[in-house]
Amino acid sequence: MSTAKTEREPMFSAKIKKLLLGPLNKDNPITVQVLGICSALAVTVKLEPAFVMALSVIAVTAISNLSISLLRNTIPPRIRIIVQLTVIAALVILVDQILKAYVYDVSKQLSVFVGLIITNCIIMGRLEAFAMANKPWPSFVDGVGNGLGYGIILIIVAFFRELLGSGTVWGYHVMPKAFYELGYVNNGLMILPPMALIVVGIIIWVQRAKNPDLQEEN
Amino acid sequence: MENLINIFVKSIFIDNMIFAYFLGMCSYLAVSKTVKTSVGLGIAVIFVLGITVPVDYLINNYLLRKGALSWLGGEFANIDLSFLSFIMFIAVIASMVQLVEMVIEKFSPTLYASLGIFLPLIAVNCAILGGSLFMQERDYESIAEATAFGLGSGIGWFLAIVAIAAIREKIRYSNVPKPLRGLGITFIITGLMGIAFMSFMGIKL
Repeated sequence: MSTAKTEREPMFSAKIKKLLLGPLNKDNPITVQVLGICSALAVTVKLEPAFVMALSVIAVTAISNLSISLLRNTIPPRIRIIVQLTVIAALVILVDQILKAYVYDVSKQLSVFVGLIITNCIIMGRLEAFAMANKPWPSFVDGVGNGLGYGIILIIVAFFRELLGSGTVWGYHVMPKAFYELGYVNNGLMILPPMALIVVGIIIWVQRAKNPDLQEEN
Repeated sequence: MENLINIFVKSIFIDNMIFAYFLGMCSYLAVSKTVKTSVGLGIAVIFVLGITVPVDYLINNYLLRKGALSWLGGEFANIDLSFLSFIMFIAVIASMVQLVEMVIEKFSPTLYASLGIFLPLIAVNCAILGGSLFMQERDYESIAEATAFGLGSGIGWFLAIVAIAAIREKIRYSNVPKPLRGLGITFIITGLMGIAFMSFMGIKL
């Protein structure tokens, strides 16, 4: 997305690029920082809601990071959590109203999980860890990066759950008919909530097998 | 009464916050290393959920819902403030958490010290806000039903975190594949426990 811009704008230094791309793999908010798992799992039965959710989270993390970073010198440290929550809640209300106006069906499917973006730990975590101590532009990029990192896991999980659970991708049937005639059945377990956890567990397994420095001693 | 017990049991086992909705996973994963701290956090969550859900129920029914303001007079009957519910709920939750924090600090300094940073983080525990939002979505009929739902979800969360903490204490002695250690295996165990909890599905009292 930003690769074309990279050459033109001096604002995209190597550090900024790292902020944007780091969360996609080694610094992933879900599988490494363990943030924002709550909503990540519940909306991944189908690709479409997962995609909408990912976009909403990217928007909220980026804008809240930007606004808190602009405000960071004026927020009294004692009440910062309330200030942060208010900013986030206001943004989430906006997102919720937009979703209700334009994609009502998806908004119904996401039900309470749009509201739960407020308590999504990714947002609070990035505000606390990054935006409170950094300039607006890097904070914005950090927000986008972490939102993307969250989104990519969401989409991977949703892809496998939808493919194996209902034989569809984005609502279109992709499993060939011949498979069903040979006795293939959709795995109904994949649609049920617990499988999301197991799929994420497997993603973590694959990721850590590739990056041994992420492995934990336990 | 029967209805209340039904809601209570249903929210503990069938609609379990963690196994059915994955709410409050962040603190669930972070604090579940020992049984002792997870019991403390679990009790705090029961307490906060048991208070915030009924309070948010009152706020929703007498301030925010469409027609909720009609007790002020006829001209207010058409006002629908439900878009404000996120901010109102989170404000109630943040202040309740502050209160619980002060109570625990006063009565059990050891528990306070062992919970550390996670106590204030209950404010951003999805299970708490999720409880209030589910309450709003499911339209409970009376405050008693809302309270039963709040307490039940809290107890369900408590059971889940204590169970996983006990399993994690034991699993330290097993030979888990290296990349799965820690986070990965916890996810998979939670998934398996979720499948086990699904056997409660469809139970009606």
